[in-house]
Amino acid sequence: MLAAIALAFVPRNFAVIMRAAAVGVTFVTMLLGILMFWQFNGATADANGYKFVSTIPWLGAESLGIACKFGVDGLNVGLVLMGAIVAFAAACCSFEIKSREKEFYILLLTMTGGILGAFMSTDLFFFYFFHELALVPTFIMIGVWGRGEKKNYATFQITIYLSIGALLALIGLIALYLQLPADARTFDIPTLTKYFAEHTMAKSAQMFIFPLLLLGFGILVSLWPFHSWAALGYGSAPSATAMLHAGVLKKFGLYGLIRVAIPFCPEVAQSHLQLIAWLALGNVLYVGWVAMRQKNLNLLIGNSSVAHMGMIFLGIASLNLIGVTGAVVIMVAHGFLAALTFGLSGYIYNQTGTLEMNELGGLAKKLRFIGVAFVMAAMAGCGLPGFLNFVGEVSVFFGAWQVPALRTVTVLAVWGALLIGAVYMLRAVRASLHGELNEKWANLSDANLWRRLPFAILIASLLVFGFFPKLLTEKIKPVTEQIVGMAKGEGQPVARSESFGLPENPVLLDAPGGGAQF
Amino acid sequence: MSLELSVVALGILVLLADLWLPAERKRMLGYVAAAVLGLLFLNSFTSHCSCAGIGQSAFGGMFVQDALSVFFKRFFLLAAVLVLILAVEFSDKIAAGISEYYSLIIFALAGMLFAASANDFAMLFVSIELITVTFYVLTSFTRGKVAALESGVKYLILGALSSAFMIYGIALVWGISGKFNFSELAMVAAKFADNKVFLFGVLFILVGLGFKIAAFPFQMWTPDVYQGAPTPTTAFLAVGSKAAGFVLLLRFLFTAIPSVTAHWEKLLVVIAAVTILYGNLCALPQRNLKRLLGYSSIAHAGYLLLGVAALTCDGRAAVLYYLSGYLFTTLAAFTVIALVMRHLDSEDISGLAGLNQRSPLLAATMTLAMVSLAGIPPLAGFFGKFLLLKSVIAQGATHPAYYYLTFVALIGVVVSLYYYFGVVRAIYWSKETPDVSPITISRPMRAGIWVCIAGMLWLGLMPNTVLALANSAANVLK
Repeated sequence: MLAAIALAFVPRNFAVIMRAAAVGVTFVTMLLGILMFWQFNGATADANGYKFVSTIPWLGAESLGIACKFGVDGLNVGLVLMGAIVAFAAACCSFEIKSREKEFYILLLTMTGGILGAFMSTDLFFFYFFHELALVPTFIMIGVWGRGEKKNYATFQITIYLSIGALLALIGLIALYLQLPADARTFDIPTLTKYFAEHTMAKSAQMFIFPLLLLGFGILVSLWPFHSWAALGYGSAPSATAMLHAGVLKKFGLYGLIRVAIPFCPEVAQSHLQLIAWLALGNVLYVGWVAMRQKNLNLLIGNSSVAHMGMIFLGIASLNLIGVTGAVVIMVAHGFLAALTFGLSGYIYNQTGTLEMNELGGLAKKLRFIGVAFVMAAMAGCGLPGFLNFVGEVSVFFGAWQVPALRTVTVLAVWGALLIGAVYMLRAVRASLHGELNEKWANLSDANLWRRLPFAILIASLLVFGFFPKLLTEKIKPVTEQIVGMAKGEGQPVARSESFGLPENPVLLDAPGGGAQF
Repeated sequence: MSLELSVVALGILVLLADLWLPAERKRMLGYVAAAVLGLLFLNSFTSHCSCAGIGQSAFGGMFVQDALSVFFKRFFLLAAVLVLILAVEFSDKIAAGISEYYSLIIFALAGMLFAASANDFAMLFVSIELITVTFYVLTSFTRGKVAALESGVKYLILGALSSAFMIYGIALVWGISGKFNFSELAMVAAKFADNKVFLFGVLFILVGLGFKIAAFPFQMWTPDVYQGAPTPTTAFLAVGSKAAGFVLLLRFLFTAIPSVTAHWEKLLVVIAAVTILYGNLCALPQRNLKRLLGYSSIAHAGYLLLGVAALTCDGRAAVLYYLSGYLFTTLAAFTVIALVMRHLDSEDISGLAGLNQRSPLLAATMTLAMVSLAGIPPLAGFFGKFLLLKSVIAQGATHPAYYYLTFVALIGVVVSLYYYFGVVRAIYWSKETPDVSPITISRPMRAGIWVCIAGMLWLGLMPNTVLALANSAANVLK
């Protein structure tokens, strides 16, 4: 089954791919993704805990230990599902593209293929390979179909930032590979995991590799202070690109940190946790504050998406079961959320031709569905219970609170996230949706059924997982447990965090702070 | 030897055929020559060829046949086939003497084939001169154009200067060691590792080779010559001549004077780093496509030197692999330039505008070539760069300079994205599209283009075969 998915993921179709074909392909991909998620528990895992393992035998180089292998475990199954759903939503939202559709859809499908390939690959070489494959279409799409006056500047900024990040990570990955004895070198993640579990890497090598990976992946995830590409880039990107990149592709760096950097370089990772936490606070507070000051809706959303990354970093920095699990949950949740908000703002832009908030206003009167969806997104963004974001954020805060050294950061982050997040989200809602309707927008039309579909699916995903987080957390937990165990050194119990567990039905819990605004 | 002899014979035959063929048929001579070379290329994979006789030597050890020379001979033959097909397309720009143009390409090829097997200073110098002298003529072949003449003169002056350096260096090395043969020199080189005169000799030889591969600080001729020369010449210069320089460099450094080379890693590291930076930074403001590719070829010489500077077998194998990818990529790029710019006076980037409407195949080829040169998966350039970086990082443990070198290479790659994407952008997204007439491509040229595309993808996705060949070739150099 997975071979079929893999084929669908790497579209080599250069025929005239028009919209229907793109939507069709991503729809099939989404169905396959859902099916895979559904069957995940039933499927038999191989010796390394990966399920649905498949290999493309003619790719790769055996003599270097490179093989094109795919597989999913608890850590990436949710991300793959999210990626597949967002890809479908992005393809549906691409109606705004009016010129050179063929090229656009080819790039969109390449990007989708690259994204899913990167998350599913169990080989570090192809993990990087697919990421890069997805990155290039991003640059081109922003440069060509982007909007706004600063489009070219944004394109170059994002290209340079992300290329540097990716290359730094590549150097780190190669250095990691070279840590193995010459005859056993491989890029295979399970083998590497086993090897580094048995032989701890030399401290000096860790000191070299971990900062490289952290910096490289950090730039890719817009870790403060390397975030400045993100808001402008997303603000200038066509909505489908922003949805896919902010939603899914960006998580590559976080995924790499959790999957590779932290478990393989445990000692140095531990000593960097404080640093990561403070940088994460930079994301939450500083970028959140920047988001509050934005006048352009897309820049606001872009900044808020950067701010959310801070939460994930905080979860990773806590390095315990509940925190890391929460981080993964936010990764999934934020994927849906970012896709939703960028899709909605794209719709508004398409209707009005502007995203300056002082020109908008009162749109909810005309665009009822879009208005409701936007309010839902805003609520999810401030972490209201019922949405998946809440589950993740609460877990992250619990996780971080358990680490005494991180308590200051946690308190600040909680306040920052809940207050600042609520302020800018509500400001956005008020400025663009409520108030007097601007004369200019008197003849706007609300989304028809077809246009509503992607937003409905995204909101539904957030709600389904928000109410039944166990669907996701139960899958993630075993893997994060293993990773946290590895990062803390073998044998050390992680039971301490288990006493907290995860709230089974988060609606029963009161949301600290954020909910009070409504 | 039979391969070299048949190539030389082919060159003479082409010249002779020129006497009797009617003028309108002469153009087709290029296809005949390409077909013959193609057969020789295919033959090199069968057991009939002299390439099968690995381990042989001729002329009293001056000429060796090993995995390395066979690797490069196949490389040169393939390059020559593609360049000849391109030359046929280009023939209407050449006023007179098209068959001479073909035969000069074939003679240059013969020089490269000898270079691949050179194991002696005499053979090294003779083969290099054979290549260089033919290129003096090839670069200024469109003698009606001032730019072509200028490039020919520049190449002549600087080429002669570097040859002088080289022959002086050879004389010094010979004067000290008394050895001409690389294998014999290797046995005694360690004794002279501290001898200043000997080291000066080695340095002068490196100057000559540095000129061939366009490494800093001997790169000055590259952009002017690339720009002024007829496009098929430029293509052959970029691929064949550079590769010939590299095979000689590898042989000289690692079979003739391995004991000296082992101490020169810092020099090589610095040259590689500066070459990468110089090439990439100078390419940034270029508007002329051939000039841009000239600077980018300097940068690529720098990347290739990464593998040389690593001083390991992996590094040398990476050089060979990268060169193979570079062959397809560069020839693809120059083919597109030749076909598109044929009827334009300048080779400005804006000439590519609207290419995707004029010929989607050419537009796609150029895009793939640029993406591959930039080193982005899934194309050949990415895997080659990956191997080169890997070999350098692996050496990082021995000397921290290698880590710095890695970061310099990284900066170079990021900078290069700018101008490579600038080319892609000019193809698809230019505002003005002055000319929308479709471009006709002859059938052999179409086949050549597909070979390049297939080569780029093949080397990027299925590295096994070529990697095995490159490894066995690199193992020759201990």
